Amino acid sequence: MGRYLVGRLLQGVLVVFGVTVVVFVATRMIGDPVNFILPLSASQEQRDRLRSDLGFDRSFINQFLDYIGDVFRFDFGKSTKFTNEDTIDVVLRFLPKTIQLVIAGMLVAFLVSLILGMLSALKPGKITDKILVTLSLLGLSMPQFFLAQVLIVFFSVRFGWVQIGPGPWTHMILPAVALALPAIGRLAMTVRSAMIDELNSQYVKAAKAKGMRRRRVVAVHALRNAAIPFVTLAGWEFIRALAGFTVVVEGVFGLNGMGSLAILAIRERDFFLIQTIVLVVAVIVVIVNILIDLAYKAVDPRVKLG
Amino acid sequence: MENPQHIPDQYSASTRETEAALHEEQNLEGRPYEVTAATKGVFRELLTDKTGVFGVAILAILGLAALFAPWVAPHGPTDGSLSTANRKPVWNGGTWEYMLGTDPQGYDMLSRLIYGLRTTLLVSLSVVLVAGVIGVVIGLISGYRGGRTDRWIMRWVDVQVAFPGLLIAMIMIAVIGGSKTAVIFVLSFNGWMVYARMTRGVVLSVKEQPYVEAAELIGCPPRRIMFRHILPNLVSAISTLAVLEFARIILAEATLSFLGLGLQFPEVSLGIVASTGRDYIFSTPRLIVIPGIAISLLVMAVNFAASWLRVALDPREREKRFAANALNSATGAGQ
Amino acid sequence: MISHETILDVRNLTVDFFTRRGTVHAVRDVSFSVRKGETLGIVGESGSGKSVTAQAILGLTELPGRVTGGDILWKGSSLIAGREAAETIERVRGKEIAMVFQDPMTSLNPVYTVGMQVSEVLVRHMSMSKKAARSRAVELLDMVGISNPAKRLDQYPFELSGGMRQRVLIAAALACEPELLIADEPTTALDVTIQAQILDLIAELQQRLGVAVVLITHDLGVVAGVCDRVAVMYGGKIVEEADASEIYPLPFHPYTEGLLRSTPRLDVVSERLESIAGSPPDLREVLAGCSYSPRCAAVTEMCRSAVPVLDQRGEGRRVACWNPR
Repeated sequence: MGRYLVGRLLQGVLVVFGVTVVVFVATRMIGDPVNFILPLSASQEQRDRLRSDLGFDRSFINQFLDYIGDVFRFDFGKSTKFTNEDTIDVVLRFLPKTIQLVIAGMLVAFLVSLILGMLSALKPGKITDKILVTLSLLGLSMPQFFLAQVLIVFFSVRFGWVQIGPGPWTHMILPAVALALPAIGRLAMTVRSAMIDELNSQYVKAAKAKGMRRRRVVAVHALRNAAIPFVTLAGWEFIRALAGFTVVVEGVFGLNGMGSLAILAIRERDFFLIQTIVLVVAVIVVIVNILIDLAYKAVDPRVKLG
Repeated sequence: MENPQHIPDQYSASTRETEAALHEEQNLEGRPYEVTAATKGVFRELLTDKTGVFGVAILAILGLAALFAPWVAPHGPTDGSLSTANRKPVWNGGTWEYMLGTDPQGYDMLSRLIYGLRTTLLVSLSVVLVAGVIGVVIGLISGYRGGRTDRWIMRWVDVQVAFPGLLIAMIMIAVIGGSKTAVIFVLSFNGWMVYARMTRGVVLSVKEQPYVEAAELIGCPPRRIMFRHILPNLVSAISTLAVLEFARIILAEATLSFLGLGLQFPEVSLGIVASTGRDYIFSTPRLIVIPGIAISLLVMAVNFAASWLRVALDPREREKRFAANALNSATGAGQ
Repeated sequence: MISHETILDVRNLTVDFFTRRGTVHAVRDVSFSVRKGETLGIVGESGSGKSVTAQAILGLTELPGRVTGGDILWKGSSLIAGREAAETIERVRGKEIAMVFQDPMTSLNPVYTVGMQVSEVLVRHMSMSKKAARSRAVELLDMVGISNPAKRLDQYPFELSGGMRQRVLIAAALACEPELLIADEPTTALDVTIQAQILDLIAELQQRLGVAVVLITHDLGVVAGVCDRVAVMYGGKIVEEADASEIYPLPFHPYTEGLLRSTPRLDVVSERLESIAGSPPDLREVLAGCSYSPRCAAVTEMCRSAVPVLDQRGEGRRVACWNPR
């Protein structure tokens, strides 16, 4: 187990490294970074000065090595947009909102898709199933911005504003739903087909022959096996949301999360901020991946790690 | 066909069927039976799958509209001025000339949708092709070579899969610009891994099968094995995957363009059309809603087509569907 | 100890499968009965309808199959027809009638422990507490000859060998001391040496617990040592039924005779293996006459034109043939 974790962590380091390289290359090698930051009217002097200030005049390798060195000293550079604040502070300020959103949204998504998928699988081909399948397809076919907008317009027309009920958490409900809906669409279909397959398996037949009640056969025997592919996909959805798809939802609902921050940073060409954002996101993704693997092992005892 | 054991007439029905099947095999003239059976089954299956028909029909219509955009669209995508701005759609008091209304710049919504459809389809198809070819080739190499090559390639795939895709896409496009080529490149860069993994999986599992071993034993050359055994399995798995990816890419491009971090003006894509409504969510919701519906319709049609394809290409799925239908008819089929 | 009380009565059972390529008449008008404590062997080749019959008894017929005729009576109550049938099956499954299937690997849920899968039967039918069920499960595993039963209880199916898994399934089946055990090809998926062990186990348990057994197999050898009576199935019908001690030395039906003759023997030197000419019937077809007639050595005109009926031909023997020995 320990060995496995070490292996995965190493791989994680590789991932973060790879991501950093890609972003570094993208931001430095294409054209002159200074041109992105300064307006066209800036003088050559100003450009040169900025270039040396930010260290863009050194060779690429130098810049990269320096950056790595800085990271190990927890120096993530200063943001140009948030005038000279440490980028890491900026990121950590915006991170909690996104995490809340993703956790809320994904919890909803997982629960709802499990229930809907199961209901569908119990009576495949009948009305409930057909309706659920069509709704799922609709959910996963709609672009996120469209869903978010429909929700927001609909609810603001009905209830006056985005807030459903009093309390500090309630403004997260609609965004979480907007995030969850496409995921529900995809996950419900997976649960459905996995459950149908499991319900047709030999051990289910054997359990029935033993006289086990239908409820138990479905919810205990079949579900646990169907959960195996579900965990894989649910994990992907979680990471997908975390790694950027909150952008739209945050934008439409005006939340201050990482997604909004990322767009801001990109628009403003705040290089160091961009790098730090990507770094933090990559690290989180790696950690979540490892957690998913562990969850996998919890669900399926046959899995041998490593 | 010779009949060594004289099988009496009462079995003639099934004998005829067997003979017919053998003739069919001969008529196929050496083409892999599986492929031909698969393709023939595909269209026969179409008729039984109503949503599949719907999906394919919609796609055909949209595809043709996109192809003949200059003739189909009532206006150009950037024809208009402030004088024609914010016209209402025809159901809200507008004229048929600007059927779906116009945007704040004065451009006709319907025309922009049609041209946008063209770009969206073009870009998405290209991504599927580029990512697909790269992914399949890499997957083939990985699966066929095995050993160290396989392990290193898969490690690389694992690493790239863990990249935060959308984020990287946004950054890259911000840097290299929002041309069609750039978007295609970026989305392919993020999307080839699925194909590689799937191809490798198919190659590996086919390699293990007893019938491949048997074929090798009787002296079947490797190339024939590849074509007769690996390829048919690959075709069905990859085509289903490609269609699903197609849907995903359409949505991804739409999202990127909506955020302003994908294709840029003066390009028109469905996402860009929607982006013009970003600032008018409450005042003029139709600016997002109409393109949103268009995108949803397109993607839904693709998904229906994908599900049809999946069932049509896999005989087990076909049988399952038949059984499900039989269950639902009160009296049961046959008798 | 075989009493004369009939507990299972299958009457004119018909099961059809509705597939894309036609309707398969898997079981055609099959009737037989089982008495308390007796062991009945049902023998037939693949596709003869024996497994389908077995599954129909416990209401396990799955799509695209359906029971389309006949009745199955358990101690007088129908398991198929009537309003109470559903309740009766609920009551009876796992408790009064138990079933063991062919492949022990797929019959066990891979993600739960072996112990759980035995205990759950006890909890369900005997209302035992989890703790009580667990200790009873240990006893059961011991009874079926599993060494170190307490440790095995917490292991998963993939950690056990094929023979052990089958023993676990037998333990779960016998947990509530059923009156009938249906074993559907219990040894087919196992190694030959293990086969013998499992058969011995079944025979021993049958003696000890007095449970009636319906043993389904394609292997005549399996049946010989264990069963009191034998029913031979072909093409979805029973073609011969007799006491085991009588059918082996003197088969009446040409198919039974063919089966016996084609069994390889170690004590007789022969150059070629004997086989029955022709191939198994297509169950989508319903012939005018006997389904075996195309392959039968003793075929007559009558055979081709009329379906033979399962008739009494002597003490305890029934044969469906126009031209038996």
